[in-house]
Amino acid sequence: MNAAPSHKVLSAPLVVEFPFTRSLGPVQSAFLTGLRERTVLGVKASDGRTLVPPTEYDPVTAEELRDLVEVGRTGTVTTWSWNDRPRRGQPLRHPFAWVLVRLDGADTALLHALDAPEGPQAVNTGMRVRIRWAEHRSGAITDIACFEPDDSVPSTHRAQPHPGEFADPVTGIVAEARLDYTYTPGRAQTRYLDALTTRRTLGERCPRCHKVYVPPRGACPTCGVPTGEQVEVGPRGTVTTFCVVNIKAKGLDIEVPYVYAHIALDGAGLALHGRIAGIPYDQVRMGLRVEPVWTEGGRYPDHYRPTGEPDADYETYKELL
Amino acid sequence: MTSRAGRREVAVVAFAQTEHVRAADNLSEVEMLMPVLREVLDSTGLAAGQIDFTCSGSCDYLAGRAFSFTMALDGVGAWPPISESHVEMDGAWALHEAWVKILTGEAETALVYSYGESSAGDLPEVLTRQLDPYYLGPLWPDSVSLAALQARALLDAGETDERELAGIAARSRKAAEDNPHAQLSGSPGVDTLLESDYLARPLRPHDVPPVTDGAAAVVLAAGDTARRLTRRPAWISGMDHRIEAHSPGVRDLTDSPSTRLAAERAGLFDAGSPPPEVAELHAPFTAQEVVLRKALRLDRSTAVNPSGGPLAANPVMAAGLVRIGEAAARVSRGEARRAVAHATSGPCLQQNLVAVLESDGAGAEGERP
Ligand SMILES: [Zn+2]
Repeated sequence: MNAAPSHKVLSAPLVVEFPFTRSLGPVQSAFLTGLRERTVLGVKASDGRTLVPPTEYDPVTAEELRDLVEVGRTGTVTTWSWNDRPRRGQPLRHPFAWVLVRLDGADTALLHALDAPEGPQAVNTGMRVRIRWAEHRSGAITDIACFEPDDSVPSTHRAQPHPGEFADPVTGIVAEARLDYTYTPGRAQTRYLDALTTRRTLGERCPRCHKVYVPPRGACPTCGVPTGEQVEVGPRGTVTTFCVVNIKAKGLDIEVPYVYAHIALDGAGLALHGRIAGIPYDQVRMGLRVEPVWTEGGRYPDHYRPTGEPDADYETYKELL
Repeated sequence: MTSRAGRREVAVVAFAQTEHVRAADNLSEVEMLMPVLREVLDSTGLAAGQIDFTCSGSCDYLAGRAFSFTMALDGVGAWPPISESHVEMDGAWALHEAWVKILTGEAETALVYSYGESSAGDLPEVLTRQLDPYYLGPLWPDSVSLAALQARALLDAGETDERELAGIAARSRKAAEDNPHAQLSGSPGVDTLLESDYLARPLRPHDVPPVTDGAAAVVLAAGDTARRLTRRPAWISGMDHRIEAHSPGVRDLTDSPSTRLAAERAGLFDAGSPPPEVAELHAPFTAQEVVLRKALRLDRSTAVNPSGGPLAANPVMAAGLVRIGEAAARVSRGEARRAVAHATSGPCLQQNLVAVLESDGAGAEGERP
């Protein structure tokens, strides 16, 4: 990197989970419902090929495809790779082969896992495999638990027309996903968070326009230059604008109504947010002078309260609104 | 000022990149990016405010930070509002958008940048989320395993062998010894490489790119502006990108018709054009270079990935833009008169972009205004 590390790097685990609910088109619905019923459907493409897994639209012409056919449950491996260390979510917990399988009667291949207990020596392109169905099937690609070796001869199975109609068809899937990250905030925010542990607020000054950013992100968005110089701001500040909150937030133990405000800490070039307490909500006003109130072990101010100073003149904070 | 095709002339006039590393974990994305933006602007003498159009490429999934590109915009001085766009793709596609913007006459100069901090997550797992969510996503097939399926298909078809693949790895990482930005450089010989255990059979560790944090930036300019900003502009004589079916089982994994078509549309095969002296190919896995050489009709007269390529540093979302930058830099330094750059996206070379870069007077007809 272009700069030497300055600080011990802060980091924290970050888990991102997103269960997408997705609706299915008619072809996908028939295919996934079919898997639930141990039936594998393909679709006829405009060039006469049978696509398995089937798509709603032609991969070449983009035409809508609707002619469903049933194909075999055995097939031939067209390519494979060996997976020594299965990851979370993959079809098998023990080492397995990823395979593309052309099912009998299909012209394209389906990606899945091949359970090959004898190891990679027992896997080869051209080998015959069959579907191992999952015990509990719900209408998902995972209704195929995996493939397993099969001793059948390559069959001349022809795809048979299929209406694609089933009782209680699957019309959507929930795609659960979880990704694990290590979050590192970078140098500017690390300095800011480090300072907060000693109840100080550190901003950073732009060398060009001299604006002091709190919290700092490492760059001045107006000038596009790094903000290297640390500046301690506050602890006191001025309410620049505020709102009265009347709806109780879930899991937040604060009586409503209360005031949430933009507070320009003394020396800061922009306002940050905070709750105002120690004053009736209907007496909070623009220009009110406030100071932070810390609680034991708090990692940031719990709220701000009036200092008792005279209100700040509008001219002194109008640029910070 | 227009080129022989009746198009506006557009050139790469500056390129900068980070020293790519496994984990830039003391820096936020904007902190990693900013020195690169400064360097690329300083080399043209332009201030951020003098750029007509800014386009970036990045992916929030890499570091798990929603709307991270808005934070990165701090680094270009985006306030008051600038003319700006973002693609959730490699920066090569951001460069394509900027190129089109200049071709339309909407801009005279453009800044293109991209970055990725892949180190924050488990990259092969994160990349499963770009797959079809109905048939592929629920199986969580990691990017290394998918590339291994492609390599196996090539081996079975007799298009390559494991020795050739090891040779590609060794050549790339030896070439990277001359590239101060590379993350990996130097390599044992082919025989030693072939003694190593498989990582994802048939791929060994040397067949696989490193996980990289890094950023890159390019400045584009039109006609006389380009001539004013640099002594030797690297003219983009053509650029195109094409995509194939999403499902790997529908495609012939041993070939890349999308690359071939993009190259044709970019003018790489134009009658009378000399073969490129340099090719910077975005082939993160060794076997993919075999596919791309065939699609681009490269023979031994073309030096492939003299920078070391993505096997030496693979900052996802920037690695394709780096290829264009590296190819342009060869032209600008006078080391090549004609170069081809390639960028890819998706599993197993699903989507491909090809750009042809030329020095003044290197084109088929040989003359420029
Ligand atoms: Zn500034």
